[in-house]
Amino acid sequence: MSGVRVLVGTRKGAFVLSSDGTRERWDVAGPHFPGWEIYHVAGSPADPDRLYASQTSGWFGQVVQRSDDGGVSWAPVGNEFGYDGVPGTHQWYDGTPHPWEFARVWHLEPASTDPDLVYAGVEDAALFRSVDGGRTWQELSGLRGHGSGPRWQPGAGGMCLHTIILDPRDPGRIVTAISAAGVFRTDDAGKTWRPTNRGLHSGGIPDPDAEVGHCVHNLAMHPSRPDVLFMQKHWDVMRSDDGGESWREISGDLPTDFGFPIAVHAHEPDTVYVVPITSDSHHFPPEGKLRVYRSRTGGDEWEPLTTGLPQRDCYVNVLRDAMAVDSLDECGVYFGTTGGQVYVSADAGDSWTPIVRDLPAVLSVEVQTLV
Amino acid sequence: MNTVIRVVLPQHLRTLARVTGPVELAVVGVPTQRAVLDALEARYPVLRGTVRDHGTLRRRSFVRFFACEQDLSHDPPDTPLPEAVAAGREPFLIIGAMAGG
Repeated sequence: MSGVRVLVGTRKGAFVLSSDGTRERWDVAGPHFPGWEIYHVAGSPADPDRLYASQTSGWFGQVVQRSDDGGVSWAPVGNEFGYDGVPGTHQWYDGTPHPWEFARVWHLEPASTDPDLVYAGVEDAALFRSVDGGRTWQELSGLRGHGSGPRWQPGAGGMCLHTIILDPRDPGRIVTAISAAGVFRTDDAGKTWRPTNRGLHSGGIPDPDAEVGHCVHNLAMHPSRPDVLFMQKHWDVMRSDDGGESWREISGDLPTDFGFPIAVHAHEPDTVYVVPITSDSHHFPPEGKLRVYRSRTGGDEWEPLTTGLPQRDCYVNVLRDAMAVDSLDECGVYFGTTGGQVYVSADAGDSWTPIVRDLPAVLSVEVQTLV
Repeated sequence: MNTVIRVVLPQHLRTLARVTGPVELAVVGVPTQRAVLDALEARYPVLRGTVRDHGTLRRRSFVRFFACEQDLSHDPPDTPLPEAVAAGREPFLIIGAMAGG
Protein backbone atom coordinates (compact mmCIF):
# COMPACT_ATOMS: atom_id res chain seq x y z
CA MET A 1 0.00 0.00 0.00
CA SER A 2 1.33 3.41 -0.85
CA GLY A 3 2.03 5.99 1.78
CA VAL A 4 3.94 9.12 2.62
CA ARG A 5 6.57 10.08 5.14
CA VAL A 6 6.86 13.78 5.92
CA LEU A 7 10.25 14.83 7.28
CA VAL A 8 10.00 17.97 9.41
CA GLY A 9 12.93 20.00 10.72
CA THR A 10 12.17 22.46 13.52
CA ARG A 11 13.96 24.85 15.85
CA LYS A 12 13.92 22.18 18.55
CA GLY A 13 14.16 18.80 16.88
CA ALA A 14 13.03 16.64 13.96
CA PHE A 15 9.69 14.94 13.49
CA VAL A 16 8.60 12.19 11.12
CA LEU A 17 4.92 12.22 10.14
CA SER A 18 3.60 9.08 8.44
CA SER A 19 0.35 8.19 6.74
CA ASP A 20 -1.07 5.85 4.17
CA GLY A 21 -2.08 7.07 0.73
CA THR A 22 -5.31 8.60 1.99
CA ARG A 23 -3.26 11.10 4.04
CA GLU A 24 -6.04 11.32 6.60
CA ARG A 25 -4.64 9.68 9.74
CA TRP A 26 -1.12 10.44 10.82
CA ASP A 27 1.49 8.91 13.07
CA VAL A 28 3.80 11.51 14.61
CA ALA A 29 7.28 10.36 15.69
CA GLY A 30 9.73 12.61 17.48
CA PRO A 31 11.24 14.81 18.53
CA HIS A 32 14.47 13.36 17.26
CA PHE A 33 17.54 15.31 18.46
CA PRO A 34 15.41 17.32 20.92
CA GLY A 35 16.63 20.82 21.65
CA TRP A 36 18.74 21.11 18.47
CA GLU A 37 17.91 23.14 15.40
CA ILE A 38 17.18 20.77 12.53
CA TYR A 39 17.62 22.80 9.39
CA HIS A 40 16.79 20.01 6.98
CA VAL A 41 15.89 16.33 6.78
CA ALA A 42 16.00 14.66 3.39
CA GLY A 43 15.46 11.14 2.07
CA SER A 44 17.39 9.42 -0.67
CA PRO A 45 15.40 8.83 -3.86
CA ALA A 46 17.64 5.79 -4.43
CA ASP A 47 16.79 4.21 -1.07
CA PRO A 48 13.84 5.63 0.87
CA ASP A 49 15.14 4.17 4.13
CA ARG A 50 18.26 6.34 3.87
CA LEU A 51 17.69 9.73 5.48
CA TYR A 52 20.06 12.57 6.27
CA ALA A 53 19.49 15.32 8.83
CA SER A 54 21.33 18.56 9.52
CA GLN A 55 21.47 19.05 13.29
CA THR A 56 22.96 22.34 14.46
CA SER A 57 23.46 24.39 17.58
CA GLY A 58 24.94 27.77 18.31
CA TRP A 59 26.73 26.13 21.23
CA PHE A 60 27.96 22.82 19.85
CA GLY A 61 28.13 23.37 16.10
CA GLN A 62 27.17 21.03 13.30
CA VAL A 63 26.24 17.36 13.42
CA VAL A 64 25.01 15.38 10.44
CA GLN A 65 22.79 12.43 11.31
CA ARG A 66 22.00 9.48 9.09
CA SER A 67 19.26 6.89 9.29
CA ASP A 68 19.26 3.61 7.39
CA ASP A 69 15.82 2.52 8.55
CA GLY A 70 13.50 5.31 7.51
CA GLY A 71 14.05 7.49 10.55
CA VAL A 72 13.53 4.94 13.33
CA SER A 73 17.17 5.05 14.42
CA TRP A 74 19.93 7.53 13.67
CA ALA A 75 23.70 7.75 13.95
CA PRO A 76 26.02 10.73 13.52
CA VAL A 77 28.27 10.75 10.46
CA GLY A 78 30.93 13.27 9.45
CA ASN A 79 30.68 16.88 10.55
CA GLU A 80 33.93 18.32 9.21
CA PHE A 81 33.21 20.88 6.48
CA GLY A 82 36.60 22.29 5.65
CA TYR A 83 36.81 24.91 2.92
CA ASP A 84 39.22 24.00 0.17
CA GLY A 85 42.54 25.87 0.38
CA VAL A 86 42.71 29.40 1.75
CA PRO A 87 39.04 30.32 2.21
CA GLY A 88 39.39 34.00 1.28
CA THR A 89 36.80 36.65 2.05
CA HIS A 90 33.29 37.69 1.12
CA GLN A 91 31.60 40.97 1.99
CA TRP A 92 30.24 41.47 5.47
CA TYR A 93 26.99 43.32 6.16
CA ASP A 94 28.88 46.60 6.30
CA GLY A 95 30.67 45.95 3.02
CA THR A 96 34.04 45.09 4.55
CA PRO A 97 35.86 41.86 3.66
CA HIS A 98 35.01 38.99 6.02
CA PRO A 99 36.73 35.60 6.13
CA TRP A 100 34.67 32.61 5.04
CA GLU A 101 33.58 30.75 8.20
CA PHE A 102 31.54 27.57 8.33
CA ALA A 103 28.38 27.97 10.42
CA ARG A 104 25.90 25.23 9.52
CA VAL A 105 24.36 23.02 6.86
CA TRP A 106 21.15 24.53 5.51
CA HIS A 107 20.19 21.92 2.95
CA LEU A 108 21.00 18.31 2.13
CA GLU A 109 20.30 16.95 -1.34
CA PRO A 110 20.73 13.18 -1.78
CA ALA A 111 21.36 12.07 -5.37
CA SER A 112 18.76 10.04 -7.22
CA THR A 113 21.13 7.27 -8.22
CA ASP A 114 23.24 6.41 -5.17
CA PRO A 115 22.19 6.64 -1.51
CA ASP A 116 25.78 7.35 -0.48
CA LEU A 117 26.05 10.40 -2.75
CA VAL A 118 24.71 13.53 -1.07
CA TYR A 119 25.29 17.25 -1.43
CA ALA A 120 25.25 19.82 1.37
CA GLY A 121 24.62 23.54 1.01
CA VAL A 122 26.23 25.43 3.86
CA GLU A 123 26.67 28.84 5.50
CA ASP A 124 29.01 30.61 4.77
CA ALA A 125 27.93 29.74 1.27
CA ALA A 126 29.59 26.74 -0.30
CA LEU A 127 28.62 23.39 -1.77
CA PHE A 128 30.00 20.15 -0.33
CA ARG A 129 29.67 16.58 -1.59
CA SER A 130 29.93 13.26 0.18
CA VAL A 131 30.35 10.01 -1.74
CA ASP A 132 30.46 7.81 1.35
CA GLY A 133 27.09 8.36 2.96
CA GLY A 134 28.09 11.50 4.84
CA ARG A 135 31.23 10.18 6.53
CA THR A 136 33.46 12.69 4.76
CA TRP A 137 32.71 15.91 2.89
CA GLN A 138 34.63 17.61 0.09
CA GLU A 139 33.98 21.13 -1.09
CA LEU A 140 33.18 21.77 -4.76
CA SER A 141 35.31 24.84 -4.49
CA GLY A 142 34.95 26.00 -8.08
CA LEU A 143 31.72 27.66 -6.94
CA ARG A 144 33.38 29.97 -4.42
CA GLY A 145 36.43 30.26 -6.61
CA HIS A 146 34.89 31.23 -9.95
CA GLY A 147 35.53 34.93 -9.30
CA SER A 148 32.48 36.66 -7.84
CA GLY A 149 32.78 35.20 -4.33
CA PRO A 150 34.50 38.24 -2.80
CA ARG A 151 31.41 40.29 -3.80
CA TRP A 152 28.85 38.01 -2.15
CA GLN A 153 27.08 39.44 0.88
CA PRO A 154 24.93 37.68 3.51
CA GLY A 155 21.16 38.06 3.58
CA ALA A 156 19.42 38.70 6.88
CA GLY A 157 19.51 34.98 7.69
CA GLY A 158 23.20 34.56 6.92
CA MET A 159 25.09 33.83 3.73
CA CYS A 160 23.67 30.44 3.01
CA LEU A 161 23.59 28.08 0.07
CA HIS A 162 20.02 26.86 0.51
CA THR A 163 18.92 25.31 -2.80
CA ILE A 164 20.53 22.48 -4.74
CA ILE A 165 18.86 21.23 -7.92
CA LEU A 166 20.30 18.13 -9.54
CA ASP A 167 19.39 17.78 -13.22
CA PRO A 168 17.85 14.32 -13.74
CA ARG A 169 19.03 14.26 -17.39
CA ASP A 170 22.59 15.20 -16.79
CA PRO A 171 24.62 14.41 -13.64
CA GLY A 172 27.02 17.18 -14.61
CA ARG A 173 24.47 19.96 -14.24
CA ILE A 174 23.77 21.36 -10.78
CA VAL A 175 21.94 24.60 -10.07
CA THR A 176 22.39 26.24 -6.67
CA ALA A 177 21.04 29.37 -5.05
CA ILE A 178 22.66 31.55 -2.41
CA SER A 179 21.30 34.37 -0.27
CA ALA A 180 22.26 37.03 -1.14
CA ALA A 181 24.36 36.19 -4.15
CA GLY A 182 21.96 34.57 -6.61
CA VAL A 183 21.85 31.49 -8.84
CA PHE A 184 24.94 29.62 -9.98
CA ARG A 185 25.19 26.71 -12.39
CA THR A 186 27.76 24.08 -13.22
CA ASP A 187 27.65 21.86 -16.30
CA ASP A 188 30.71 19.78 -15.41
CA ALA A 189 29.71 18.23 -12.08
CA GLY A 190 30.97 21.10 -9.97
CA LYS A 191 34.39 21.89 -11.44
CA THR A 192 33.44 25.21 -12.97
CA TRP A 193 30.56 27.53 -12.17
CA ARG A 194 29.04 30.74 -13.43
CA PRO A 195 26.34 33.10 -12.20
CA THR A 196 23.01 32.69 -14.01
CA ASN A 197 21.05 35.73 -12.89
CA ARG A 198 20.25 37.56 -16.12
CA GLY A 199 16.79 39.07 -15.90
CA LEU A 200 16.72 39.37 -12.13
CA HIS A 201 16.08 42.88 -10.88
CA SER A 202 16.58 43.64 -7.19
CA GLY A 203 15.86 47.05 -5.76
CA GLY A 204 17.92 46.56 -2.62
CA ILE A 205 21.33 46.44 -4.28
CA PRO A 206 23.34 49.28 -5.84
CA ASP A 207 23.05 47.92 -9.38
CA PRO A 208 19.58 46.32 -9.59
CA ASP A 209 20.62 44.18 -12.58
CA ALA A 210 24.01 43.11 -11.23
CA GLU A 211 25.55 39.80 -12.19
CA VAL A 212 25.50 38.72 -8.51
CA GLY A 213 24.01 40.03 -5.29
CA HIS A 214 20.37 38.95 -5.69
CA CYS A 215 18.60 37.51 -2.67
CA VAL A 216 17.12 34.37 -4.19
CA HIS A 217 14.98 32.61 -1.60
CA ASN A 218 14.18 29.30 -3.27
CA LEU A 219 14.09 27.47 -6.62
CA ALA A 220 11.90 24.62 -7.89
CA MET A 221 12.07 22.35 -10.91
CA HIS A 222 9.84 19.63 -12.32
CA PRO A 223 11.94 16.55 -13.14
CA SER A 224 10.27 16.08 -16.52
CA ARG A 225 11.33 19.56 -17.64
CA PRO A 226 14.69 20.39 -16.08
CA ASP A 227 15.25 23.53 -18.15
CA VAL A 228 12.25 25.22 -16.57
CA LEU A 229 13.11 26.71 -13.19
CA PHE A 230 10.80 28.63 -10.89
CA MET A 231 12.15 31.10 -8.35
CA GLN A 232 10.83 32.89 -5.31
CA LYS A 233 13.14 35.86 -4.91
CA HIS A 234 13.21 38.26 -1.95
CA TRP A 235 10.70 40.21 -4.03
CA ASP A 236 9.42 38.78 -7.35
CA VAL A 237 8.43 35.33 -8.50
CA MET A 238 10.49 34.43 -11.55
CA ARG A 239 10.75 31.76 -14.24
CA SER A 240 13.49 30.54 -16.53
CA ASP A 241 12.89 28.36 -19.58
CA ASP A 242 16.54 27.88 -20.42
CA GLY A 243 18.12 26.39 -17.31
CA GLY A 244 18.71 29.76 -15.69
CA GLU A 245 20.33 31.50 -18.66
CA SER A 246 17.61 34.13 -18.45
CA TRP A 247 14.72 34.90 -16.12
CA ARG A 248 11.38 36.66 -16.48
CA GLU A 249 8.93 37.77 -13.85
CA ILE A 250 5.73 35.76 -13.37
CA SER A 251 4.38 37.45 -10.22
CA GLY A 252 1.28 38.50 -12.20
CA ASP A 253 -1.74 39.02 -9.97
CA LEU A 254 -0.24 37.83 -6.67
CA PRO A 255 -1.24 40.06 -3.73
CA THR A 256 2.47 40.42 -2.89
CA ASP A 257 5.43 38.82 -4.59
CA PHE A 258 7.54 38.58 -1.45
CA GLY A 259 7.85 35.10 0.04
CA PHE A 260 10.15 32.21 0.72
CA PRO A 261 9.22 28.74 -0.65
CA ILE A 262 8.14 27.69 -4.14
CA ALA A 263 7.08 24.23 -5.29
CA VAL A 264 5.88 22.50 -8.45
CA HIS A 265 3.04 19.96 -8.69
CA ALA A 266 4.34 16.40 -9.09
CA HIS A 267 2.40 15.67 -12.29
CA GLU A 268 1.66 19.09 -13.78
CA PRO A 269 4.90 20.92 -14.62
CA ASP A 270 3.08 24.24 -15.06
CA THR A 271 1.29 24.11 -11.70
CA VAL A 272 3.27 26.13 -9.18
CA TYR A 273 2.72 27.01 -5.52
CA VAL A 274 3.91 30.00 -3.47
CA VAL A 275 2.98 31.49 -0.10
CA PRO A 276 2.85 35.29 -0.41
CA ILE A 277 4.19 37.15 2.60
CA THR A 278 3.45 40.81 3.26
CA SER A 279 6.96 42.23 2.90
CA ASP A 280 10.57 41.95 3.97
CA SER A 281 9.77 44.01 7.04
CA HIS A 282 6.52 42.15 7.84
CA HIS A 283 7.24 38.44 7.71
CA PHE A 284 3.61 37.33 7.94
CA PRO A 285 0.75 36.81 5.48
CA PRO A 286 -1.19 39.81 4.17
CA GLU A 287 -4.32 40.70 6.18
CA GLY A 288 -3.65 37.89 8.68
CA LYS A 289 -4.91 35.34 6.10
CA LEU A 290 -2.76 32.31 5.40
CA ARG A 291 -3.12 31.67 1.68
CA VAL A 292 -1.23 29.42 -0.66
CA TYR A 293 -1.38 30.68 -4.23
CA ARG A 294 -1.45 28.29 -7.15
CA SER A 295 -0.79 29.00 -10.78
CA ARG A 296 -1.88 26.39 -13.32
CA THR A 297 -0.37 28.37 -16.17
CA GLY A 298 3.28 28.37 -15.18
CA GLY A 299 2.94 31.78 -13.55
CA ASP A 300 1.33 35.18 -14.09
CA GLU A 301 -2.19 33.98 -13.19
CA TRP A 302 -2.61 32.89 -9.58
CA GLU A 303 -5.54 31.69 -7.47
CA PRO A 304 -5.71 31.79 -3.67
CA LEU A 305 -6.14 28.47 -1.88
CA THR A 306 -7.79 29.05 1.47
CA THR A 307 -10.04 26.12 2.38
CA GLY A 308 -8.92 24.81 5.74
CA LEU A 309 -6.32 27.52 6.28
CA PRO A 310 -6.77 30.26 8.92
CA GLN A 311 -8.33 33.34 7.32
CA ARG A 312 -8.05 35.69 10.26
CA ASP A 313 -5.47 36.61 12.90
CA CYS A 314 -2.74 34.47 11.36
CA TYR A 315 0.76 35.91 11.56
CA VAL A 316 3.06 32.97 10.91
CA ASN A 317 5.72 32.70 8.23
CA VAL A 318 6.57 29.82 5.90
CA LEU A 319 10.32 29.46 5.44
CA ARG A 320 12.12 28.66 2.21
CA ASP A 321 12.58 24.92 2.69
CA ALA A 322 9.22 24.34 4.37
CA MET A 323 7.04 23.35 1.40
CA ALA A 324 7.05 20.09 -0.56
CA VAL A 325 4.89 17.84 -2.71
CA ASP A 326 4.36 14.10 -2.81
CA SER A 327 3.94 12.11 -6.04
CA LEU A 328 0.82 10.09 -5.30
CA ASP A 329 -1.80 10.06 -8.08
CA GLU A 330 -3.56 13.00 -6.46
CA CYS A 331 -0.60 15.21 -5.72
CA GLY A 332 -0.23 16.11 -2.05
CA VAL A 333 1.13 19.50 -1.01
CA TYR A 334 2.64 20.17 2.42
CA PHE A 335 3.98 23.16 4.26
CA GLY A 336 5.10 24.04 7.77
CA THR A 337 4.91 27.36 9.59
CA THR A 338 6.93 29.25 12.13
CA GLY A 339 3.92 28.75 14.41
CA GLY A 340 4.51 25.00 14.44
CA GLN A 341 1.70 23.86 12.15
CA VAL A 342 2.26 21.40 9.32
CA TYR A 343 -0.57 21.45 6.78
CA VAL A 344 -1.38 18.84 4.16
CA SER A 345 -3.52 19.09 1.08
CA ALA A 346 -4.32 15.71 -0.44
CA ASP A 347 -6.04 17.35 -3.42
CA ALA A 348 -3.31 19.49 -4.95
CA GLY A 349 -4.09 22.50 -2.78
CA ASP A 350 -7.89 22.68 -3.03
CA SER A 351 -8.32 21.98 0.69
CA TRP A 352 -5.97 21.82 3.67
CA THR A 353 -5.83 20.09 7.04
CA PRO A 354 -3.30 20.50 9.84
CA ILE A 355 -1.36 17.31 10.52
CA VAL A 356 0.10 18.85 13.69
CA ARG A 357 -0.56 22.25 15.22
CA ASP A 358 1.97 22.79 17.97
CA LEU A 359 5.45 21.80 16.90
CA PRO A 360 8.37 24.18 17.42
CA ALA A 361 8.88 26.65 14.58
CA VAL A 362 9.18 24.66 11.35
CA LEU A 363 12.37 25.16 9.36
CA SER A 364 11.92 22.53 6.67
CA VAL A 365 9.43 20.05 5.23
CA GLU A 366 10.25 17.25 2.82
CA VAL A 367 8.03 14.39 1.68
CA GLN A 368 8.85 10.86 0.68
CA THR A 369 6.30 8.97 -1.39
CA LEU A 370 6.47 5.31 -0.38
CA VAL A 371 5.20 2.56 -2.66
CA MET B 1 52.41 8.70 34.05
CA ASN B 2 48.66 8.34 33.47
CA THR B 3 46.20 10.60 35.27
CA VAL B 4 42.47 9.92 35.35
CA ILE B 5 40.41 13.07 34.85
CA ARG B 6 36.68 13.19 35.46
CA VAL B 7 34.88 15.21 32.79
CA VAL B 8 31.26 16.35 33.07
CA LEU B 9 29.63 17.00 29.70
CA PRO B 10 26.56 19.14 29.00
CA GLN B 11 23.37 17.21 28.32
CA HIS B 12 23.45 17.54 24.53
CA LEU B 13 26.99 16.20 24.33
CA ARG B 14 26.17 13.33 26.72
CA THR B 15 23.37 12.41 24.32
CA LEU B 16 25.70 12.54 21.33
CA ALA B 17 28.36 10.48 23.13
CA ARG B 18 25.71 8.10 24.48
CA VAL B 19 26.85 8.44 28.08
CA THR B 20 24.69 9.20 31.09
CA GLY B 21 27.15 10.57 33.65
CA PRO B 22 30.69 11.90 34.04
CA VAL B 23 33.33 10.25 31.85
CA GLU B 24 36.74 9.25 33.12
CA LEU B 25 39.63 9.85 30.79
CA ALA B 26 43.21 8.67 31.15
CA VAL B 27 45.60 11.48 30.29
CA VAL B 28 49.28 10.91 29.71
CA GLY B 29 51.66 13.42 31.31
CA VAL B 30 50.66 16.73 32.85
CA PRO B 31 46.89 17.17 32.47
CA THR B 32 45.98 20.25 30.48
CA GLN B 33 42.84 21.40 28.63
CA ARG B 34 44.40 20.25 25.38
CA ALA B 35 45.32 16.83 26.77
CA VAL B 36 41.87 16.29 28.25
CA LEU B 37 40.06 17.37 25.08
CA ASP B 38 42.37 15.26 22.93
CA ALA B 39 41.54 12.25 25.13
CA LEU B 40 37.84 13.09 25.06
CA GLU B 41 37.73 13.31 21.26
CA ALA B 42 39.80 10.14 20.90
CA ARG B 43 37.34 8.21 23.10
CA TYR B 44 34.25 9.83 21.56
CA PRO B 45 35.00 10.85 17.96
CA VAL B 46 31.40 12.09 17.60
CA LEU B 47 32.35 15.04 19.82
CA ARG B 48 34.96 16.31 17.36
CA GLY B 49 33.88 19.74 16.22
CA THR B 50 31.35 20.21 19.04
CA VAL B 51 33.64 21.56 21.79
CA ARG B 52 36.53 22.78 19.65
CA ASP B 53 36.42 23.79 16.01
CA HIS B 54 37.80 21.35 13.49
CA GLY B 55 41.21 22.39 12.23
CA THR B 56 41.97 25.31 14.53
CA LEU B 57 41.01 23.36 17.70
CA ARG B 58 39.85 26.64 19.20
CA ARG B 59 37.15 26.46 21.86
CA ARG B 60 33.74 27.15 20.36
CA SER B 61 32.48 30.57 21.39
CA PHE B 62 29.57 29.40 23.55
CA VAL B 63 31.43 26.57 25.29
CA ARG B 64 33.03 27.17 28.69
CA PHE B 65 35.46 25.15 30.84
CA PHE B 66 34.96 25.35 34.60
CA ALA B 67 36.74 23.59 37.49
CA CYS B 68 37.17 24.27 41.19
CA GLU B 69 34.74 27.20 40.89
CA GLN B 70 37.03 28.89 38.37
CA ASP B 71 36.42 29.76 34.72
CA LEU B 72 39.35 28.21 32.84
CA SER B 73 37.89 29.00 29.40
CA HIS B 74 40.41 31.70 28.58
CA ASP B 75 43.49 29.87 29.85
CA PRO B 76 45.98 28.86 27.17
CA PRO B 77 45.22 25.23 26.25
CA ASP B 78 48.54 23.94 27.56
CA THR B 79 48.13 25.42 31.04
CA PRO B 80 48.18 22.64 33.67
CA LEU B 81 44.74 22.00 35.17
CA PRO B 82 44.22 22.68 38.90
CA GLU B 83 45.80 20.09 41.21
CA ALA B 84 42.38 18.98 42.52
CA VAL B 85 41.31 18.10 38.95
CA ALA B 86 44.58 16.31 38.26
CA ALA B 87 44.17 14.37 41.50
CA GLY B 88 40.65 13.33 40.56
CA ARG B 89 38.98 15.12 43.49
CA GLU B 90 37.21 17.69 41.29
CA PRO B 91 35.72 17.25 37.81
CA PHE B 92 36.53 19.25 34.69
CA LEU B 93 33.22 20.77 33.58
CA ILE B 94 32.36 21.46 29.94
CA ILE B 95 29.46 23.91 29.90
CA GLY B 96 27.16 25.35 27.29
CA ALA B 97 27.34 29.07 28.03
CA MET B 98 24.20 30.81 29.23
CA ALA B 99 23.30 32.60 26.02
CA GLY B 100 19.59 32.26 25.62
CA GLY B 101 17.69 29.45 23.92
